[in-house]
Amino acid sequence: MVHGEAWTIKELFVYPNEYIYWSIQIVMYPFMTGLVAGAFVLSSLYHVFGVKQLKDIARFSLVFSFALLPTAMMPLLFHLQQPQRGIEVLMTPHFTSAIAAFGIVFSTYAFIVGSEIWFVYRKFFVETALALQAKTDKSPVDRFRQLLYSVLTLGAWDIGEEAMHKDEKAVKILASIGIPVACFLHGYAGFIFGSVKANALWMTPLMPVIFICSAVVSGIALCMLTYIVTMEIRKYLLSLKSRKYIFRESMDELKSAEVHVVTMTAKYLIMFMILAITLELLDLIFRGYTAVKSWDILRSIIFKRDFFDIFILQYSIGNALPFIMLLFPRMTIRRAAAASVLVLLGVFMMRWNVVIGGQAFSSSLAGYMHYVMPVWPDSVESYKEGLFGALTVGVTPFVLFWIINKVLPVFGVKDSH
Amino acid sequence: MMNRRDFCKKSVLLFGTLAVPLAAFELFDPTSLLAEKNDGKEVRWGFLVDTEKCVGCGFCVKACKIENEVPYNADVSRTWVERYVVTKDGKTHIDSPKAARDGFTTEKIALGEGKFLDIKPDDIAKGFFVPKLCNQCDNPPCVQVCPVGATYQTKDGVVLVDRTWCIGCGYCIMGCPYGVRFFHPVYHVAEKCTFCYHRITKGMKTACVNACPFGARQIGNLKDPDDPVTRTIMTERVNILKEEYGTKPQVFYLGLTKEVR
Repeated sequence: MVHGEAWTIKELFVYPNEYIYWSIQIVMYPFMTGLVAGAFVLSSLYHVFGVKQLKDIARFSLVFSFALLPTAMMPLLFHLQQPQRGIEVLMTPHFTSAIAAFGIVFSTYAFIVGSEIWFVYRKFFVETALALQAKTDKSPVDRFRQLLYSVLTLGAWDIGEEAMHKDEKAVKILASIGIPVACFLHGYAGFIFGSVKANALWMTPLMPVIFICSAVVSGIALCMLTYIVTMEIRKYLLSLKSRKYIFRESMDELKSAEVHVVTMTAKYLIMFMILAITLELLDLIFRGYTAVKSWDILRSIIFKRDFFDIFILQYSIGNALPFIMLLFPRMTIRRAAAASVLVLLGVFMMRWNVVIGGQAFSSSLAGYMHYVMPVWPDSVESYKEGLFGALTVGVTPFVLFWIINKVLPVFGVKDSH
Repeated sequence: MMNRRDFCKKSVLLFGTLAVPLAAFELFDPTSLLAEKNDGKEVRWGFLVDTEKCVGCGFCVKACKIENEVPYNADVSRTWVERYVVTKDGKTHIDSPKAARDGFTTEKIALGEGKFLDIKPDDIAKGFFVPKLCNQCDNPPCVQVCPVGATYQTKDGVVLVDRTWCIGCGYCIMGCPYGVRFFHPVYHVAEKCTFCYHRITKGMKTACVNACPFGARQIGNLKDPDDPVTRTIMTERVNILKEEYGTKPQVFYLGLTKEVR
């Protein structure tokens, strides 16, 4: 069977070789990189611009962005027909291709996030290693942890006032370099689509900017959601403990801190949402107004065939509804969580409508293709490019976050600065 | 310890000795050597399709599939033939069932999903066939977007794919406005029409040109003014497909009309 045949339904005149070659994993790819970039931008708001109210979520989103990093690569490997050759993109990049920049941009970004985390956690590494050193009867686990944290200090044991001050400065510099790099990482994912002149729906110079804005939106929403969920878990754990001891005060502390952080983050979320939606609507209006050759078929896709995906799922449920929810005064945790879920759905549907919608019509402009996502994995291909492959990619960052959190605890640690 | 004079002397010596072997690259430039071997003749392969002569028999598609080992029953093909039926109400109906491998065996127009459209002969204003293949563009977007350089343009203008290097990302397939590329069902890498490069470089014609009983397909050297294909392109009113993409296609059509996609 030809690749793509399993999930493509053709209608009217489609060129014989045309299929939906870019499927669910290519929807996941910009979605995941968007989350990485967005999470990093959120953490930088505190580190660079000194938005104090975001302090609590800054560390969290930085580590989360680190956990998301490898999953930006996963969908590509799932999608490649020759995944074992994927490394060639890094080794023999062909620089006229937008994808070739991936290696450089991605590794620069990974380096920045990695080193920023190191500076933020250096004091913790040193303190933990020293505390373990001082311990008298060490279990094998303790010995392993001591070794691990000693290695992680990279030999920099100085945690005096002056050294800490230098760390703080380094974090600030890294975070400020990180913002343009994060935007570039995602902007270039938009460029991959925006520069395909053969595709009438993709080709627009606005694509990279739209991608960056929606990336920040989705990143903030995911951080907010994950933050709320982890805080709820912590509160629950605390309530289990407080049944034994009377320990009410810290519970209220947690609650007020949570509401405060969420309200603040929601403000930034709204700002970036306005920007993203404005640009997307501008693109749509411009296409309709200029009405070039491809508009006839684009119109039939946007207003007829994909109407539900675009106007109901993406714009109404994914954008307008959470927007109103976030604008209402007296933010509650539950409302913020629900809004974040809807925002994530909205951004995911935006990626879907770009990637799948862009292949919903033939380049003959005289026929349609319909994508039927493989659900049950009955072959390697239908796993990789089906629902379960996408779920694997979606779940991985949370598993990684859980593992990384064991080494780099996000909560209950005093900042290096 | 080396003094300044010694350092200068040794540097001159080093660069001098390096320069001699490097000069060999200039003296024995592989491309100029190749040009000399071919009596200095330059080649740029081009293709001429005379749509007036095509009857939609599909022999070209059949020959191509067999010659280039594209699985016979797979619904992909390096070349195909499109049927255009323009009705009196101004509507255009297009189809290419199985890439026209078996020709057009029914008068009904295939609409996909096993549906067909029956058009009464009296309603037809005009009908014609258009063979399609890779345009071997002078400015190939597929080569531009390949992230690893696995697809490339040869000196004589043909765009090829290195099957050992292609990572199978599909970016080139997306980048081609003509829809000529696909994933090979056996090798799982990008696949496309090569103008039968293995044949034309040995003085033969392409499989489709050989198979066409009506001379609707011709291949020639655009750099040779005496080549019949070049002469036709220079003197007749020829057209190209989708000029607006700026790809500079090198497959020229006689009798192309506005309905052709």
